[in-house]
Amino acid sequence: MANRNIINFLGKKIINISNHVGKATQLFEATIRCMFTAPAELKSVLNQISEVGIRSLGVILLSSLFTGMVFSFHMCYVTNLWLGSPALAGLGISVAMLKELGPMITGLVLAGRVGAQISAELGTMKVTEQIDALYTLGTNPVKYLYVPRFIACMIAVPLLTMYAGVIGIFGGFLVSAQKFKVPSSVFWNEIIEYVQVGDVAHGVIKAFFFGLIIVTVSCYRGLDCRGGAEGVGKATTSAVVISMILILISDYFLTTILMTIGIGVE
Amino acid sequence: MIKIRDLHKSFGDNHVLRGVNLDIVDGETITIIGGSGEGKTVLLKTIMGLVRPDEGMVQINGIDIAGLKEKRLEPIQGKFGMLFQGAALFDSLTVGENVAFGLHYLKDMPEEDIRVKVSRMLEMVGLDGIENLKPDELSGGMKKRVSLARAIARDPEYILYDEPSTGLDPIMADVINELIIHLQGELKITSIAVTHDMISAYKISNRIAMLYKGRIEEVGTPRDIKRTKNPVVKQFITGSSKGPIKVQG
Repeated sequence: MANRNIINFLGKKIINISNHVGKATQLFEATIRCMFTAPAELKSVLNQISEVGIRSLGVILLSSLFTGMVFSFHMCYVTNLWLGSPALAGLGISVAMLKELGPMITGLVLAGRVGAQISAELGTMKVTEQIDALYTLGTNPVKYLYVPRFIACMIAVPLLTMYAGVIGIFGGFLVSAQKFKVPSSVFWNEIIEYVQVGDVAHGVIKAFFFGLIIVTVSCYRGLDCRGGAEGVGKATTSAVVISMILILISDYFLTTILMTIGIGVE
Repeated sequence: MIKIRDLHKSFGDNHVLRGVNLDIVDGETITIIGGSGEGKTVLLKTIMGLVRPDEGMVQINGIDIAGLKEKRLEPIQGKFGMLFQGAALFDSLTVGENVAFGLHYLKDMPEEDIRVKVSRMLEMVGLDGIENLKPDELSGGMKKRVSLARAIARDPEYILYDEPSTGLDPIMADVINELIIHLQGELKITSIAVTHDMISAYKISNRIAMLYKGRIEEVGTPRDIKRTKNPVVKQFITGSSKGPIKVQG
């Protein structure tokens, strides 16, 4: 009896998850199709780029600056302890920030800031029948609401990742120079000599996929929202949590694939 | 003309529509009455293609929209305007932008013509000069009137009213009723309203249909409905708690 209940429970869960994955894929397919149909929602795209990109500059600056500083502290401390002087700070911090910490910090921060905003906004529109109203006014909600957010995330997340990388490296430089007295010429020369375009590409490609996860999950959860304020709250929470989990899981697989095909290996 | 035949719709285990049959004639105002949760709004949204039926036929001007793909459904949805229960105004836009919203998607309509039309629509609902206000600056009655102006701006063939008087004081409800009658007289639009407000139903309707247990229980003129012998309809229109309609809870 207990076994049957467990199988029942798992079966229902699997069907439920498959249903959500199917619907999210349909939304993604409709978004791609609508991207190439006239009229272009250029004004809306620019608004969303401002919303996703420009308004996230401050929070990305703070989070990546301090991440770079903490990473630099650990790196310099350990190398100082083991080797007698802080070594390879510039190389270590830049590779970590460009390939891993930059995309990861950007992805997680934007999953919280942008993912919550998108799912709450679309969820509220759903429960107040504004999405139905769009249909009655001859407007396809996918084209009007999702496509601009999709394009904005595809452009802004990789750009913000590069920005996070640069800020993080700068934070690392401040700590290594001020606290561990690493000469600035040594720090920057390591970066110029050893950091490759592939390292930057590695982070940017990952950021592109993280952007895809954030916008698809948050738009889908917003559209799928049911009930009133409680439904919007649940949709928002689940959009953030699912995006973060998918970013963390996909990070490992993306890293493995990129390293296997030789992007960011040097 | 709208023909509905054997229409079924379920949400999970909840079988809301259980074989609805109804004809809606061009130019008339028909009101669908029924208790809360009987599926009036679902029926309205199914007529417009916002909700897909599980079974049955919804024929709009001879085209069955039940199984129609989105691309072919869009032009048919364009024939409809809808006044939503909560007005459904876009809260990030001004009143003027809300009313103009659907006009921007009509080809070959210059900005100046859109501006003139927005003013004319707002004047028609008695709200001229409020183009620059935001929806959160409006009262419930004003929101409904702006929503109505937005719905009629695209010159629809059919207009759907979802609980037009709900949430309004009796005087404002009557203002909306007068507006519906005025619009039907002036624009000759076929109108379908759903409500449980009998004062409103008697006032605006050419015909009234009662939805009960997922089917149309009775259809007739307001006069026929007032004189009905059907115990279900009689109980509903008199607002009695005693009769065949059992109140849950």
